[in-house]
Amino acid sequence: MDAFLRDMAEGPRKIAVVGHFGTGKTEFAVSLAFALAAGGISPLALVDLDIENPYFRSREQGDNLEQAGVRVYSDAYGGKSATELQTLDPAIRAPLEDERCRVICDLGGDPEGARLLNQYTRYFREDARLLFVVNKNRPGTDTAEKALGQLRSIEAMTGLSVTGLISNTHLLRLTGREEVLEGWTFTRELSRETGIPALCACCPKALLPELADADLPLFPLGLYMRPTYLDRPV
Amino acid sequence: MSRILMKGNEAFAEAAIRAGVRCYFGYPITPQNEIPEYMSHALPEAGGAFIQAESELAAVSMAFGASASGGRVFISTSSPGLALMQEGMGFLCSAETPLVALNVSRGGPGVGGIQPGQADYIQATRGGYNGDAKLLVFAPAGIQECVDLLYKAFDIAEEYRNPVLILADGMMGQMMEPVELPEPKGITPEDKLNETRPWAITGTDAHPGRNVVFSLRMQPDELEAHVEKLFEKYRRAEQELVKWQEYDLEDAEVVFVAFGTVSRLCLEAMELLGEQGIKAGLIRPISLWPYPYQAFDKLGSKTKLVVSAELSMGQMIEDVKLGVKGRWPVALVHRTGGIVPGSREIADKTRKLLEGLK
Repeated sequence: MDAFLRDMAEGPRKIAVVGHFGTGKTEFAVSLAFALAAGGISPLALVDLDIENPYFRSREQGDNLEQAGVRVYSDAYGGKSATELQTLDPAIRAPLEDERCRVICDLGGDPEGARLLNQYTRYFREDARLLFVVNKNRPGTDTAEKALGQLRSIEAMTGLSVTGLISNTHLLRLTGREEVLEGWTFTRELSRETGIPALCACCPKALLPELADADLPLFPLGLYMRPTYLDRPV
Repeated sequence: MSRILMKGNEAFAEAAIRAGVRCYFGYPITPQNEIPEYMSHALPEAGGAFIQAESELAAVSMAFGASASGGRVFISTSSPGLALMQEGMGFLCSAETPLVALNVSRGGPGVGGIQPGQADYIQATRGGYNGDAKLLVFAPAGIQECVDLLYKAFDIAEEYRNPVLILADGMMGQMMEPVELPEPKGITPEDKLNETRPWAITGTDAHPGRNVVFSLRMQPDELEAHVEKLFEKYRRAEQELVKWQEYDLEDAEVVFVAFGTVSRLCLEAMELLGEQGIKAGLIRPISLWPYPYQAFDKLGSKTKLVVSAELSMGQMIEDVKLGVKGRWPVALVHRTGGIVPGSREIADKTRKLLEGLK
């Protein structure tokens, strides 16, 4: 396990993933769950708290995650409903209460998506971290000012403080070395302004060899949420 | 201009604004809700008007009024919403009023579900409205193509004075893709509307006499002449607007026909079939009406089977058969209910169909 993953495995037990809509929170949360499970972390839970999006929700990886040993919690229908009903499984509190269980909570985008955390606030006051995912290629967070605005609005909405920044600047199949490096520079700039540590730069697994010489903490993304046919250029 | 990462629905809304749209009327329905959400803040910032209507029927009626008075108007909805808008579509065609409508389609019938569907094909190409009329229908297969089609669609709608429908399924609305947005177009100043849209109701200060935009024609000979005039436009559309793309047709043993999201699945299925030594090609209709029937004339003697791949019980297959004209067997590979099949499933079903021919 590298330093970032060890920190995620041994640091604060409850991890909430927040950020601007469409920055890649779900892909990061799912990849983190698979990586921790592969590193032998158990019990481990992924809580899908996205009730904004009708598609591309982490519960869609539920069967694969369960097979990897990750308990998945989402809606009151066991994640099997393809609806956007704003229901949550009451059992979500179980992994949050269980002090042996490491929990990753995947929130919906923007302050509106992060609002769901409010009903679980007491679990996030201690032994918890709030990770803010940043993607410079999204129009809503393409400047430090806008990204900071998002971050502060999410903090205001949840009453919690962001404890770490996750760099996830990408262009899907067009992501190259430059995107990852520029994204990391951007996230570090945000880090300097806020004093919040920049923890890692996400990188699609296939791109890792191109960044072998780069001196930055890379976190390999599995692209579990992206069906390959969507990257067929037409 | 550099590429940015956008969700389909956000990009479609922004493309419409850049195409000069200043009027949007909508009612929330998944999976296109990001469009009215985006319009609600971005359109007033651009100097336009966003109104959340009390229903889809109200939205299309507001659009009719705004367009009749010279506005560049955009509406969006998803399948059950477009069903409600059908009355308006017929009125707009009859009154020769331009409009661009986007259907981010989902599973049906009825309220159906919210996952992607293509079962509105018949409605889009044959009409759910009454009377002799046609919508000009385009089906993009990606966010960039949808942005580009939308950007042009307003000019087509105004040139033909007829509604244009963009049929993009839910996957396209919800997925993300890098996109390059077009430059913003200027809008026609109000005092120039009389030059660009002399038929529009812009007040008698702007034009001599009175303009009337209407669909009621009580005299049969007058109505027949009007419908004949509409169909002259549709015959011109059949000459000017047919659009499709071909992939690997040469030597293809099996030819897929698919639009939208399914065409991307077929491209992946073609690779899987290729690994098994089966040469496969694809015809991807971009205009659904007028339909690219002529695309099938290019198929050669090596073709053994034409497969219509759809997210419905088989609707486009009727047009595929019209294009094929009995020259090759036509089969259907499909899922419905909002299920998007995997490319492996498409490849396996196609291989079995080919084996069944032998």
